[in-house]
Amino acid sequence: MGFGLERSQSPVLVIKPTYGWVSLGLHSVWEHRELLYFLTWRDIKVRYKQTVLGIAWAVLQPFLLMVVFSVFFGRLAKVPSDGFPYPLFTFCGLLPWQLFAHALTESSNSLVANERLITKVYFPRLVIPLSAVLTGLVDFIFAFLVLLGMMIHYGVMATSALWTLPLFILMAVATALGVGLWLSALNVQYRDVRYTIPLITQCWLFLSPVAYPSSIVPEPWHFLYGVNPMAGVIEGFRWALLGKADPPGTMLAVSAMVTVLLLIGGLFYFRRMEKNFADVV
Amino acid sequence: MSDIAIRAENLSKRYRIGSREPYKALRDTITDAMCVPFRAVASALNGRRSAASSQPSDNIIWALKDVSFEIKQGEVVGVIGRNGAGKSTLLKILSRITEPTEGYAEIHGRVGSLLEVGTGFHPELTGRENIYLNGAILGMKKTEIDRKFDEIVAFAEVEKFIDTPVKHYSTGMSVRLAFSVAAHLEPEILLVDEVLAVGDAAFQKKCLGKMGEVAKRGRTVLFVSHNMFAVQGLCQRGLLLESGRLRLDSDAAAVIGTYLHLGVEKGGEVNCNFPEDAPGDERGRLKAVRVVSEGGVTGQIDISKEFSIEIDYWNLKPENRLLVSIHLHDGMGICVMTVSNLPSACLTPDAWYSRYYPIGLFRTACTIPGNLLNDGTYTVSVYVNENNLPRLLDSDNIVFVPHVLSFEVEDTGTMRREYTGKWLGVVRPMLAWQTVQIE
Repeated sequence: MGFGLERSQSPVLVIKPTYGWVSLGLHSVWEHRELLYFLTWRDIKVRYKQTVLGIAWAVLQPFLLMVVFSVFFGRLAKVPSDGFPYPLFTFCGLLPWQLFAHALTESSNSLVANERLITKVYFPRLVIPLSAVLTGLVDFIFAFLVLLGMMIHYGVMATSALWTLPLFILMAVATALGVGLWLSALNVQYRDVRYTIPLITQCWLFLSPVAYPSSIVPEPWHFLYGVNPMAGVIEGFRWALLGKADPPGTMLAVSAMVTVLLLIGGLFYFRRMEKNFADVV
Repeated sequence: MSDIAIRAENLSKRYRIGSREPYKALRDTITDAMCVPFRAVASALNGRRSAASSQPSDNIIWALKDVSFEIKQGEVVGVIGRNGAGKSTLLKILSRITEPTEGYAEIHGRVGSLLEVGTGFHPELTGRENIYLNGAILGMKKTEIDRKFDEIVAFAEVEKFIDTPVKHYSTGMSVRLAFSVAAHLEPEILLVDEVLAVGDAAFQKKCLGKMGEVAKRGRTVLFVSHNMFAVQGLCQRGLLLESGRLRLDSDAAAVIGTYLHLGVEKGGEVNCNFPEDAPGDERGRLKAVRVVSEGGVTGQIDISKEFSIEIDYWNLKPENRLLVSIHLHDGMGICVMTVSNLPSACLTPDAWYSRYYPIGLFRTACTIPGNLLNDGTYTVSVYVNENNLPRLLDSDNIVFVPHVLSFEVEDTGTMRREYTGKWLGVVRPMLAWQTVQIE
């Protein structure tokens, strides 16, 4: 038997029905990391194909929003900005926000968009929303370069808190993934989800301190305000980059906890629904 | 280590009718939920009737039910059955795309499944990029793709366009590229579904060749197909599924025979366009077999009309003498007749019987009179032999294809004017009868 076959490990795979909550199977996702890489790479490659401006869109989107916000909220409505120039202040909020909103939208639609893959090939389905979330990071990096330019322009120096920045980026991505897992699994069954996503992101934008500082929320409410993980992320982001006096303590702790809960809940829910994806999508 | 590659034990898959619909709106679920109390009231009022209608068994189908089998390493097994028999569901369960509802399966070895050619191909990406993407989707490692890259490109014959986006490819080119990637997948166990059904004839031929190669290399293959020639040529063993159940697990010829008796391949014709893949050997190969009645190819024969069985074959060895025979089996597997173009067995001698065939394509036809066979389904098995009579040996078989085609003899009522019940018997000839008074 087996002409030139390497039957070294000869894994025995048992296929049987699963019931209820199942283990996360993260090792299996790790085994498929190359697929994760290629799917992410595909989405990045294809993203700005056949556009005139290409990757410039990654910068233009937050930049134009910043201009609009600066004129209407900063100049006309005189929204406070914690003592920083308003354009810098709001751009600094827009970056993690756009990363989050993009990752949320893409991951929520990812399973439906990759229906062909799901019905024809086996791999851990987690790879799909995960890769959708990761594609947003490329846009983020380009926009981040612009932010650095703006900081130099306004003469704002980063402080030693800068090293915490990756944590906030991770938190934004984790929150998007957590919510995206719930929504993508729901979207497989209920296509209503697709229409609620723009609504969710728009409302969420105004619930997050993008155009205004969280300091306008009265102190006793900060705890509750932190239940929105993006509040913690954005304030943390500003603190890490612009060097605001004190870190957003309580609020950040609450946000981090909510993020972890969303992510773990999302992972388990996703795994529970996963077995039906190929039959329902 | 056991030599089992796949073991399935009572595999079953249940679908709720409706859950396979493309989508379900949240509204439906909400309406359903809101209707529940009303239904409860209604069933209380109406008693049994509406209680029965809410039973789930009404809208459940078992796409697969209690399917058990074992496949040894190195076996090439064909899975056949008509549409909806559960073939694809079986492959989807074994390749872990969907879960069984009941039962379990064990798979020993690395599985590669090929349910579609070109899954994940992206038109905006170049040929090169798609090779890597598609390879990764099929489960290849990057290093593996690197190593086989040149081979894949050469097999697909797209060297010049490898850095062109696939959307500028012709359909043929992208299908070739997609198949080429899939063909270089080297799992220990290969699950293949109907991939041969896509693409043009030339592509199908290439697929078959490659599949044969894979099979020869000692890999375990589970192969779903409607192409009986392909199953016949590639598989030693067959599984026949019918309405989700395993109806027969036997050698390929027997399974194909039973399948044809199910009355599925009734087109009246089977074809194979490529000499090198058709049944046969270097001396000759079968091209087509068809049933012709009243001037047209048909799978339904009027019981009172004569019909012909035509056999097209290539002679590939110059100056060879050939002999053609047909076996006809009925629905119970009983051999109804063996007929051949031997001069003493023909009404009028076949001129080519004693001739030396040059290389070329030939057609031998046998005419069967009307009012001979009873109504029912019959299968045709075809032999082409090297004519070494009177010492005909088994090794003289050039082509031997059992149950290559089935046809149905239909009773049109010509003999049912007086007696309308079932006419027993294998044959139902119209014979001469006479009664005389002798005393």
